[in-house]
Amino acid sequence: MSAVMITRKVTRKWEKLPGKNTFCCDGRVMMARQKGVFYLTLFLIVGTCSLFFAFECPYLAVHLSPAIPVFAVLLFVFVMAMLLRTSFSDPGVLPRALPEEANFIEMEIEAANGNVLAGQRPPPRIKNVQINNQIVKLKYCYTCKIFRPPRASHCSVCDNCVDRFDHHCPWVGNCVGKRNYRYFYLFTLSLSLLTIYIFAFDIVHVVLRSVDSGFVLVCFFTLWSVVGLTGFHTYLISLNQTTNEDIKGSWSGKNRVQNPYSHRNFIKNCCEVLCGPTFPSVLDRRGVMLEDSSNSTPDASAASVIKSSSSASAPMKSLSPPTSNGQPLEKAKPTSEAGTQKSASSPKEEKSFAPKSPNAVAPAVIKESAH
Amino acid sequence: MSRVMLIDRLLVIDQLCSVAGSRLSRTFHNLQELRHSASLANKVFIQRDYTDGTICKFQTKFPSELDSRIERTLFEDTVKTLNNYYAEAEKIGGQSYVEGCLACLTVYLIFLCIETSYEKVLKKISRYIQDQNEKVYGPRGLLITDPIERGMRVIEISVYEDRGSSGSSSGSSTTSSSGR
Repeated sequence: MSAVMITRKVTRKWEKLPGKNTFCCDGRVMMARQKGVFYLTLFLIVGTCSLFFAFECPYLAVHLSPAIPVFAVLLFVFVMAMLLRTSFSDPGVLPRALPEEANFIEMEIEAANGNVLAGQRPPPRIKNVQINNQIVKLKYCYTCKIFRPPRASHCSVCDNCVDRFDHHCPWVGNCVGKRNYRYFYLFTLSLSLLTIYIFAFDIVHVVLRSVDSGFVLVCFFTLWSVVGLTGFHTYLISLNQTTNEDIKGSWSGKNRVQNPYSHRNFIKNCCEVLCGPTFPSVLDRRGVMLEDSSNSTPDASAASVIKSSSSASAPMKSLSPPTSNGQPLEKAKPTSEAGTQKSASSPKEEKSFAPKSPNAVAPAVIKESAH
Repeated sequence: MSRVMLIDRLLVIDQLCSVAGSRLSRTFHNLQELRHSASLANKVFIQRDYTDGTICKFQTKFPSELDSRIERTLFEDTVKTLNNYYAEAEKIGGQSYVEGCLACLTVYLIFLCIETSYEKVLKKISRYIQDQNEKVYGPRGLLITDPIERGMRVIEISVYEDRGSSGSSSGSSTTSSSGR
């Protein structure tokens, strides 16, 4: 049996991800769809700093110290790095439930709700969990078909559920969530420092040379908004809250629950948010998808091999509490043992190893190559 | 008894494959053949346990659907070990501070060169799951999917039935007879 040669273009998982994100650099960059305000941010920062470097730094370097522009450059580089990191990274998007999981959850909900009379609205889909002795309600997301983990929320702009959702920031062109919140905070903090720095040396320059102070005014207004934002997020971090929770008033008010995630200690809260572990992305954007005509899910598990090879299979019926009797509902086509003809299944089985392939059960490379 | 036959079949096939000089590891063959000669009957989803907050932790409650397939203690051991791995990955302590500060000083470029401690633990987890699938779950006709493939929301356990034992699974011209 000769080796099966695959020469088609590789499809990566990011191309099939639902949601309204845009991807660049073959899945390495992930942003929201509307990027206009992000370009404005870039323009403002780069523009302001260029003016500063062009018009004020030569004078300051000569008359005061050359360290002034050097420090400004370092700060500028840090600001840009944090901005790009915030904008381009996955904020902590939760992938949508695959059909089996969605069915399983539906069964659980139906079992929990019991019989709903026709014409009556079914009760809202809420799960109560106890976290640190507080009752927290988990809401069901109808788009993603999952019960959202605590602190997760669905972003309507990006059409994704995001873990530890803070807010959708048009200035960075992305959601701010678990994975990129610290970069966002460092961006606002360093931008505040940069703005204060430029503002201070503007004033020095104006005083020393008696030049036009128009530039100073621009800096003044920018300064207050950016410093204000930094102050607000510092307050949120110290209480271990998200913007989303603050706006909704989840933990404020007498009759409401207290924040179960706060350590009641300013230092500990800051450390958790800023020095916590760097969470990996669960999206696997650059993983390679199965080359298959009927493939619709970025699924590397066994089920997809079997699913893809049975063209007329019924939808996978997931676990139903009382009635499951082990009847096989999904059958693999006649592909089985080695040493036999596998031409029917070989094009469907092929898959090159995904770069991030931690799972041993991922369907491996074609094995008939050596037969 | 049928499961023993299944494993026998797997070993024979595996020998053929090794002789043929396939580059794949033995374990992949075993697991893939399990899938081919068995049919997927069910999937069980182990949900997250949020009682300790947002850290990644799975419920150790034994699902009734696996009652006849695997011993309770083995299942609980697997889930507890996974929970321990995740707790290790998400631990906030000296090492995470050092990593965070160092990364911040290098403007997070250091992550282009080294992998984060979380990623290291994820690799350990996938090796552990592979190991468990080979030794414990595979022989019982079960298959664990790494939670990272499901967004760390659930542990998906696929339940397979031996095709030879289910009467309606015809069409497989190469399956050896189940009447032995």
